[in-house]
Amino acid sequence: MNEAGASGFYSAFWDWYIAVITIVSVVGCAVFLWYQGRQTVKARVDAKGNIETTGHVWDGDLAEYHNPMPRWWVWLFYLTVLFSIVYLILYPGLGTQWQGVLKWTQTGQYRAEVKAAEARFGPIFAAYAQQPIEQVAADARARQMGERIFLNNCAQCHGSDARGSRGFPNLADGDWMYGSEPQALVTTVTEGRNGVMPPMGAAVGGRADIEDVANYVLSLSGSAHDSVKAIRGKFKFDAVCAACHGADGKGNPALGAPNLTDKVWLYGGSVATISDTIVSGRNNVMPSFKQILTEPEIHLVAAYIWSLSNASAAGKTSTPPSPAK
Amino acid sequence: MHDAVELKREASAPASPPPGTPAEAAPREVQIQLYAKREEIYPRQRIGDSLAPFQKLRWAAVWATQIVFYGLPWLLWNGRQALLFDLGARKFYIFGLVLWPQDIIYLTGLLIISALALFLFTAMAGRVWCGFSCPQTVYTEIFMWIERLIEGDRAKRMRLDKEPRSARKTLLKAAKHSAWIAVALWTGLTFVGYFTPIRALVVDVATLSVGGWALFWILFYGFATYGNAGWMREQVCTYMCPYARFQSAMFDADTLIVSYDTSRGEPRGAGSKKTTRAEQGLGDCVDCKLCVQVCPTGIDIRDGLQYECISCAACVDACDHVMVKVGRPKGLIRYATERALKEHYAAGGIWGHVLRPRVLIYGALIAVVTIGLASALLLRVPLKVDVIRDRGALAREVDDGLVENTFRLQVMNTGEQPRTYTLRAEGLPGLAIASEPTFSVPGASTQTVLLRLRARPEDVPPGSNRIVIGVAAVDQPSIAVEEKSVFLGLKR
Repeated sequence: MNEAGASGFYSAFWDWYIAVITIVSVVGCAVFLWYQGRQTVKARVDAKGNIETTGHVWDGDLAEYHNPMPRWWVWLFYLTVLFSIVYLILYPGLGTQWQGVLKWTQTGQYRAEVKAAEARFGPIFAAYAQQPIEQVAADARARQMGERIFLNNCAQCHGSDARGSRGFPNLADGDWMYGSEPQALVTTVTEGRNGVMPPMGAAVGGRADIEDVANYVLSLSGSAHDSVKAIRGKFKFDAVCAACHGADGKGNPALGAPNLTDKVWLYGGSVATISDTIVSGRNNVMPSFKQILTEPEIHLVAAYIWSLSNASAAGKTSTPPSPAK
Repeated sequence: MHDAVELKREASAPASPPPGTPAEAAPREVQIQLYAKREEIYPRQRIGDSLAPFQKLRWAAVWATQIVFYGLPWLLWNGRQALLFDLGARKFYIFGLVLWPQDIIYLTGLLIISALALFLFTAMAGRVWCGFSCPQTVYTEIFMWIERLIEGDRAKRMRLDKEPRSARKTLLKAAKHSAWIAVALWTGLTFVGYFTPIRALVVDVATLSVGGWALFWILFYGFATYGNAGWMREQVCTYMCPYARFQSAMFDADTLIVSYDTSRGEPRGAGSKKTTRAEQGLGDCVDCKLCVQVCPTGIDIRDGLQYECISCAACVDACDHVMVKVGRPKGLIRYATERALKEHYAAGGIWGHVLRPRVLIYGALIAVVTIGLASALLLRVPLKVDVIRDRGALAREVDDGLVENTFRLQVMNTGEQPRTYTLRAEGLPGLAIASEPTFSVPGASTQTVLLRLRARPEDVPPGSNRIVIGVAAVDQPSIAVEEKSVFLGLKR
């Protein structure tokens, strides 16, 4: 018994069930073929000299002779019987107890393929994994590899040009909530992030208060705002918001609190949206990719993303279209 | 001639009743055996000193088809093989044309034309494809020519086969099979040379460094050629070929078939030269049996059209030759239609009946489809574009409150030279491209191109809006493709 069948559903009976039916069928076919595949058959000739039919009549007048089967057909059938026997010896076709001479398994085949891929591609990835991210980002081929990993894993949320959309950060704008060092990128991809802005509506006050704070926030980035409301809002901001976003509103990478002095808005930059954020809070989840991507792959995709915001450092002036096979 | 069914009686079966007794006899058991071993057919290849007319035609067909088959892979075009079906890279090169998997519709057109052509010439002239141009017949003829060179014509071959084994016989047989195998291997190599460059392949074979699938297919097709043309011969036509089975369904009473003019030939007999055959009460057939000797499928055409007949007209040549010798007009065996023989049409009048509505309709359909296929190929634009819009990130707001959508274009330059292309997009007022609009694609390859489109929110109705994205070559604006896509606005 194998461990997978510990549930009690599994019993050795089923192995025998499969094995017996299969073997009986193959042997039965062979025997049947031997008797029915004779190249010379007996037939009766009636009084008038006509060869008699088998006696069955269908549809009123359809009858058949008992003629020998074509020799080529019989030989091909024998070949299939032989093939079955050889196949069942080599492969595990008779239940789980017989593993077959070749000991083939699905997982074994998968592992062999992974090993082959690893042998083929591993050295390429390993070479880049040794280099610091900035150096990897300067390599055009590494950027293309990173871009392909990005398109397969990240583009669903961040867009195929990495510029995000409502609720999904723009990765090409040089604005980082958790720090701009390459290691922060690697951590984000590997561990994921959970950016929580708690609902602050109660702490801030009523509708008017919230609008004031929203206008003050807009003023921090030099966006259009109502100056009167902004001045009022500053007091509430210093009391409630500065704890996470900083007194100057420049954000806190340790917490992932955004920089409010730039014009980068994850949900939109209107008074209504900012008010909504203050009242309801936000809960953003970046999933962890450590189960999906290997470390070298994360290294490459992080380098690619880093290169989008550091184009000159990465040694290119714009994002070129990438050739795809 | 062989019968399909042989009744072999048991030794213990009662003897047949003496003549004169009633036909009734006691029921008995018999053994039935349907397998009939192939009787070797020794077609006679030489009648007279030179090639006969239809024989010349058949050899012309052999030369024509084989010069094409063996010669085409050696042609070059722009430094590469002119005709190359590169399965691995999924590109078919036919002279200047580079066909991609997306172009398989042209193959459909070609297959339709082939099918219609098959119907046309079968309706007109029966199994002439079999007798004159089928690869099975062509290779069998080549192999039989080799056999005749080495072993001699019909009588010599029959004698050789009956001889006991000797050094001379073994030598002759070895020589014949070696020649056959050499031709078969070269045929296999040529066939594989359509799929991988033949010049490199020949070098590989010569240096014994060919391996893998190339080696397998050369041996496979070589073995198939050797087996089919050397050993199987007419058995392919009689037992294996599907066309042989259904070709007769396309015949009617106005189809040209190889026919023995019974009314003229019968009663047959050698007769004497002293008086005319008419006075002896004999028809034109002198019963020389030459028509049976030359037949590659081993039938007697005087019994009428049979399933095995491949319409090669060897019997026509043989009979004409004999008729000339005995001073009678040619054509005792000739291409004629069933109706022509029954109603005794004059020689020229037969064509009016062969060219009947059915044939003309097939011809018209072939013309239409051929013109369609040719036009499609001539007007083909060497550019293909697929637009894949982002599905995850549907729309985003950018600076100045504009709405932006992202697209990835798969641009396929199906021509062989690199080209530069430019993008355009329309369908919404003020729709603008916010990414690099010009890009290059190397020859015969695919490139993924990023496209960002922006519009003002007030210009974008809510939901999905149809737009058109166009790609055009910078140097040749006629090379242009338009693809439809969709632009999404943000929720209000």
